[in-house]
Amino acid sequence: MSDPVLEIRDLRLSFPVARSLVDLIRRAPVRQVNALNGVTLALRRGETLGVVGESGCGKSTLARCIVRLNAPTGGSIHFHGQDIFAPDQRHDRRFNRRVQMMFQDPYSSLNPRMTTGEILAEALRVHRICPAGDIPARVAELLDLVRLPKDAAQKLPHAFSGGQRQRIAIARALAVEPEILIADELVSALDVSVQAQIVNLLLDLQARLDLTILFVAHDLRLVRHISHRVAVIYLGRIVEIGDSETLFKDPVHPYSRALLSAAPSLDPAERGNRTHLEGELPSPLDVPGGCAFHVRCPHRSPRCSAEVPALRPLATGGAAACHHIEEIANERL
Amino acid sequence: MTHDATLRLEVSNLSVTFPVGAATLPAVRDVSFTVAPGEVLGLVGESGSGKSVTLRSILGLTRRYGQIEGAVRWKGQDLLALNEPALRRVRGREIAMIFQEPMTALNPLLPVGLQITESLKAHTSLSRSERKARAIEMLDMVGIPAAASRLDNYPHQFSGGMRQRVMIAIALAVRPRLLLADEPTTALDVTIQAQILDLILALARDFDMGVILVTHDLGVVAQTCDRVAVMYAGRVVEEGSVRDVLRAPLHPYTIGLMRSVPQDVAPRSRLYTIPGTPPGLLHLPPGCAFEPRCPVSDVSCAVSRPDLASFGDGRRAACFRCEIRPAEGATAA
Repeated sequence: MSDPVLEIRDLRLSFPVARSLVDLIRRAPVRQVNALNGVTLALRRGETLGVVGESGCGKSTLARCIVRLNAPTGGSIHFHGQDIFAPDQRHDRRFNRRVQMMFQDPYSSLNPRMTTGEILAEALRVHRICPAGDIPARVAELLDLVRLPKDAAQKLPHAFSGGQRQRIAIARALAVEPEILIADELVSALDVSVQAQIVNLLLDLQARLDLTILFVAHDLRLVRHISHRVAVIYLGRIVEIGDSETLFKDPVHPYSRALLSAAPSLDPAERGNRTHLEGELPSPLDVPGGCAFHVRCPHRSPRCSAEVPALRPLATGGAAACHHIEEIANERL
Repeated sequence: MTHDATLRLEVSNLSVTFPVGAATLPAVRDVSFTVAPGEVLGLVGESGSGKSVTLRSILGLTRRYGQIEGAVRWKGQDLLALNEPALRRVRGREIAMIFQEPMTALNPLLPVGLQITESLKAHTSLSRSERKARAIEMLDMVGIPAAASRLDNYPHQFSGGMRQRVMIAIALAVRPRLLLADEPTTALDVTIQAQILDLILALARDFDMGVILVTHDLGVVAQTCDRVAVMYAGRVVEEGSVRDVLRAPLHPYTIGLMRSVPQDVAPRSRLYTIPGTPPGLLHLPPGCAFEPRCPVSDVSCAVSRPDLASFGDGRRAACFRCEIRPAEGATAA
């Protein structure tokens, strides 16, 4: 679990906002949504990295960049040392095969007119995973891997429940024998008891197939459970990253502390002891200068609005991007 | 308690069926509960368990589509026996409702100020200027900054969390005595969720308003509700104070639900899952609906249906096997 499989360096992505006629007449400047503002991250082999943050913080954009669904406007992503956005790599199907994405909505991510068997066979055929004659056997094997009944291959997606559809999506991603799985809110649309089944399946498959997983989700309890390491993202920047248990037990960055304490505990006795976060996530159209969190931060100082804090290593092994880590740590002692 | 006893909502033997082709689908079966003034009752269950239908049936919103039986007593009258004009005087004035999706529940073509004063005009005798003052007061109370200047804004100019606040402002402007909230925070981030739930709790306390909160998140129940009713396949299977039910659940379904949430378990360990899937409402088993999935069921469970029996201290559970397993129930907490 040491060598990085995927290295993301200073990844930036801004989308231009479509200008209205009025804007054109007024010659208003082109506005940009700054979805990612310099994300640096390394995925190690065999680990699960959880990514958490509020909606609009850029966590899905990050996931989509990794599978080349969005091209970044700056920075780089290296997979086994090769730049995945280098011109000669662009049409490399091999990369697509080795990094697979699974989506949130199990109702819109499967072709409703193809049976499960056809969906899986297509993936096997396109990437030439096995000889045509072996495809039916491999499909049966995949269905068994995600614990779907054998007759599932003949059925259309509408015949399955949400949890079963996510199993099909997992089987489809695994069909091409990937190294990295990107799970973007994979279980968010599912009921609690079904979530547990999918989480167990991911844990099993990871152990058996030595998969590296990027698990993007907003359910903090689930992320904590499934991840080795967790990255907290705020307005397109990582504000804290570290070992999952350490980060959840003892978050350092004021934003991580507020975010984690907002997750409702299952213990009624813990009612009321939450750190409150003022206001809402600022618009990515207008990211505050300096530390993007300073407008909501209880520890803000003049320095915070002027200077972007860098990710600095922590004693616990993680890293946090805040000018006031030391003072906050002292305050808690 | 010195509360006005007539302001207590009493739902007794509520059953709701919908016609599906030639068959009838029993969405809610024999549900009874009460909500005292100032009390927050949580209604939890998985998708399709009937919690939203129960909530909507209290105000007769499902009448057009199905058959409602039983009684909903409020202020000495049975709401289900009222005709539509009489019921309309109760809806929105004494009993208000908040829906899950603020984008579809608000009228996109009207400014939010008008949407608040509209209901004040229908339900109160306030003058035009008083209505406007109340609208500003409400927006201010739900935490919308610069409330007075935002009355002329349209819903699309607000973020998701802000829109949900506007919904709450509309619902509470007429000072209802009972609030029906259907997953009010499910679409929101945890940080905003915490703000909205605190707001609802503060208002329940300040105005002595009863609240029914439908949710699938046990954490929300633990942090917000006084009492909780757990629904499975259209029936309440367990009810009691939040502390009792979450710490020492009696019904095997509640126990299973609690155990499948990753809390206080070793990181990356297998989660408990309830075997099987919920029964189709058109093909309910003759006995206990949970029997096919229940780890402790015996022959009697498959034959006859357990009633919601009292276990003292306001606790009720519908299970034949509860009496003999209090010890296990206690350890599951």
